[in-house]
Amino acid sequence: MWYGMRDIGSELLGRRHGTDGVLRREEFWAVKGISFELKRGDCLGLIGHNGAGKTTLLRMLNGLIKPDQGRIEMRGKVGALIALGAGFNPVLTGRENIYVNAAVLGMNKRHVDGKIDEIIDFAEIREFINSPVQTYSSGMNVRLGFAVAAILIEPDILFLDEVLAVGDIGFAIKCLNTVRRISNKSAVVFVSHNMQQISWFSTRVMVMDHGSVLIDSSNPSEGIDQYYGLVKHEKQISGTGEAEIYSVELMVSNQYVDSLEPTIPHGAEIGFRIKLHISSNRSGAVMQVNISDEAMNQVVCMPVNNIDGKLNKFPAGELDIQVSMGTVELASGKYSIMVAVMDPKTNESLSRVQGLSPFRVISDRVHWGKIVRHIVPQQVNVLMPPV
Amino acid sequence: MAREMWLDLASSLELAWRLTVRDLSAQYRQTFLGFLWAIIMPLANTLVWVFLSRSGVVNVSDTLLPYPVYVFTGTMLWAILMDALNAPLQIVTASKIMLAKINFPREALVVAGIYQTMVNALIKVALLLIALLVMGIHPDWSLLLFPIGLLSLILVGTLIGLALTPVGLLYADVGKAIPLLMQFLMYLTPVVFAMPKEGLPATLFQLNPLTPLILTARDWLTGFTPEHLGYFVVVNVVSIVLLFMFWVVFRLAMPILIERIGS
Repeated sequence: MWYGMRDIGSELLGRRHGTDGVLRREEFWAVKGISFELKRGDCLGLIGHNGAGKTTLLRMLNGLIKPDQGRIEMRGKVGALIALGAGFNPVLTGRENIYVNAAVLGMNKRHVDGKIDEIIDFAEIREFINSPVQTYSSGMNVRLGFAVAAILIEPDILFLDEVLAVGDIGFAIKCLNTVRRISNKSAVVFVSHNMQQISWFSTRVMVMDHGSVLIDSSNPSEGIDQYYGLVKHEKQISGTGEAEIYSVELMVSNQYVDSLEPTIPHGAEIGFRIKLHISSNRSGAVMQVNISDEAMNQVVCMPVNNIDGKLNKFPAGELDIQVSMGTVELASGKYSIMVAVMDPKTNESLSRVQGLSPFRVISDRVHWGKIVRHIVPQQVNVLMPPV
Repeated sequence: MAREMWLDLASSLELAWRLTVRDLSAQYRQTFLGFLWAIIMPLANTLVWVFLSRSGVVNVSDTLLPYPVYVFTGTMLWAILMDALNAPLQIVTASKIMLAKINFPREALVVAGIYQTMVNALIKVALLLIALLVMGIHPDWSLLLFPIGLLSLILVGTLIGLALTPVGLLYADVGKAIPLLMQFLMYLTPVVFAMPKEGLPATLFQLNPLTPLILTARDWLTGFTPEHLGYFVVVNVVSIVLLFMFWVVFRLAMPILIERIGS
């Protein structure tokens, strides 16, 4: 707080703190050494961990705070989908709040009058539009907030900060389409943790870490791949301890890979060699191998069966098991392996280890989906040729 | 710089009006007594002081006006000044989240504060006039000059409030200290006491820049000839100049304050 007072003081004297690049005690650079240029139609995707400086960068671009060093030049009207529903007063009705929110965004009443029906329909709250906003559900609130901003702004430069996933699935898709429509006519800076949205929107990707740029690539899949490199898969062990997983080794095309975090090309043949010890097999332990993605979603589930198609029962003792998975149909990203050993009767887990042998799958294209299978039509019948 | 300031001010007028409508309608929708609250506090204050002086606990020197009228007009005018003074810090604090996330002309908040003070002041004055008529005071043509007195109260209040806002956003102490200091200041201003004739209090009352504001406004309202017109003009001119200076300070300080507010 005292630094704040001193900064105001020096600002009044026409000086700016930090221009000499010296930090005071307990200060750090939130964003440093970033430089880029965007044109209309470009979309820059900003990714990075929480606290990497993405939002700070957006706030500087938006003119909310001033950079201590460097400069920002922008031409055209700036619009931001950042704080949805800013200025909403809970006591007022939805309709009144539309006008307040619009005024905060710099729209005059006449402009809003012409579009109010469009906003209400977009937010899908016509029957409640004259009720106080405090009676709305949180979903209705964000829908209204998004609708006001998205319908009214016609920016040349657009900033988006994690606002696309509002409301239920149907509404989220509507939002994505709307943002896409706006962004076609403007230069966009887009912050998100959703890699699929990033790959869908961006023409360029910047990965930030601790305030600086790790990679700035005009190939979004390359940038996203780098980001996955930053994600750490942590080993988590649970279970009764009656089994212990020693190691899981990855095999690509029947070759062991011993590098720490191997990259596997999409479409390669992979398999695993699992070494474990089962101290008590109860009525015969069964095993399941899963592949999890960077968010620890289980993407592929592989129960270990015998030839009859039933779960294979493993005896107690030291085991060395080799399984083949076949072709990797995973989309590019970072994955790790989970092994679970269970008692089939009680479903109790003897050992469950997550985050083993992390690996990356690389592919020259970004796909919307975790599993990618390229298909070829068996037959194409042209029922009606073009007139 | 100066040109930008005026452009921002012009573009903030509509937003300020929206915010005013929002706050006032929300405020009155949530009360039963509504605008009567504008008069309840000064009325209670008047009753206390009339009681104190009648019972002789406090010895108040004679006033030209009947004492209840004197106290009532004084506390009403003082309440308007306090409204104006509290408005900037209050509204900026309430809009912290908006400030941290959206780029809009920051002047809008201050202007909205002035609008709200004005609307509330008009209600107060209307009630005050009714009360004066009931108490048998008939204002004369000088009532036409009263709006000037009213505006200068709001001007000086806004000036003090605006000056305190940047510091007040950083340190919550400011918000807590204001009521205390203003209470003290009220007793140095002819609000409930008449002007002392001699001694140190007389000098303090004479020097206090709020004295001519309250006295002149009250005189115009009740049909007396104001005695401190010269000092009144000086205070207003100085306030206008200072208001511009603190406007500049406010503009420069805002980005730094937003850094500290965070999002």
